[in-house]
Amino acid sequence: MMGLIARELRLSIRHGAESMAALLFFIIAGTLFALGAGPDPAMLSRIAPSVVWVTALLAALLPLERLFGPDLEDGTLDLLLLSGWPAYAIAAAKTAVHWLTTGLPLLIAAAPLAVMLRLPGDRLPLLLLSLLPGTLIFSLLGTLAAALTAGARRGAMLMPLVTLPLMIPSLIFGTAAANSAHPAAFYMIFAMLLAALPLAPLGTGLALRAAAE
Amino acid sequence: MHLLTAQKLAIFRGERLVLQGVSFELRPGGILLLRGANGAGKSSLLRALAGLTPLASGELFWDNLPALADREAHAQRIAWLGHQDAVKPVLTPAEQVPETALALVGLEKFANLPSRFLSAGQKRRLAIARVAAAQKPLWLLDEPTTGLDAASIQRFLELCAAQRQRGGMIIASTHTPIELPNTQVLAL
Repeated sequence: MMGLIARELRLSIRHGAESMAALLFFIIAGTLFALGAGPDPAMLSRIAPSVVWVTALLAALLPLERLFGPDLEDGTLDLLLLSGWPAYAIAAAKTAVHWLTTGLPLLIAAAPLAVMLRLPGDRLPLLLLSLLPGTLIFSLLGTLAAALTAGARRGAMLMPLVTLPLMIPSLIFGTAAANSAHPAAFYMIFAMLLAALPLAPLGTGLALRAAAE
Repeated sequence: MHLLTAQKLAIFRGERLVLQGVSFELRPGGILLLRGANGAGKSSLLRALAGLTPLASGELFWDNLPALADREAHAQRIAWLGHQDAVKPVLTPAEQVPETALALVGLEKFANLPSRFLSAGQKRRLAIARVAAAQKPLWLLDEPTTGLDAASIQRFLELCAAQRQRGGMIIASTHTPIELPNTQVLAL
């Protein structure tokens, strides 16, 4: 399993432009919000968690189309499914690599972006604590959506249509958790993560088997 | 030593029934060549034998036990070569196949060159090296000689002979005449 993750990680690093594009999108979109919203620090501070969450969600979508598309086209998906690993394990490996190459960099970049958006320092840990399960959920559900649309005609158009409805609940509770210290929103986002952790790879595995047929 | 038996296989591709009533038996060291016109169902049969696509009816047995009941366990028996080479252009051949196997197909001097610089024939040889390195009892090969020159085809035939000598089995679809002794042919 570690070998599979290491290989996928190596591939992702060699295709570094995709992860870098997601990170750049995140930073540029966040910066544009700051420019567009005007110089009022109070307002910027108020919208900062939502801006970071929404831009992180959109940035996490960017590399998804390439997650399974090339594997399907060049025959690698067949080899993965014949590697002896269950399809859900392959899905879990892909999810882990997506998070390591996209979710984790977004999480790290979220701190300076939030500071730039005038988020008070004492609220920064809350934002990052909400984004940790948030980015994991983006990777889990994003991988599922990528598998569902793999090989589909107009997959690029289908991807956001499939992904966004799946992610809206985590966006709602994630931003609520980041905006207030109320534990209920945190419980919800962590509960979503706990549900997605086993279910998303199972669904992704089934979708990969269907795509290979 | 193993035994592969197919009984009255039927396979759908999309909504079309492409094959039905396909039966064969393959013994250790056996090679089965799938012949047929384009669209006859050779690739579909190979994919079904690998467990990548479901059988509409019929049964596949490995050592007289249902082979596809556990697809992960069945996958452990198979070395697969599909239509595509599954070669990643950003990885070197050495990052995709053990270096000892590269020598079997004459690619050792390209071991550390990014695969995007390989020709189509060299990529096919790399895919064949992956099959040879896997050391699995059953090789499923879809048009393995596509893009290969005469010398590479000869090397491939030697690898096939070695696989058979070990008691391994080979099922291959091909339009190129393959000159190996005691080949079974399944016309589709």
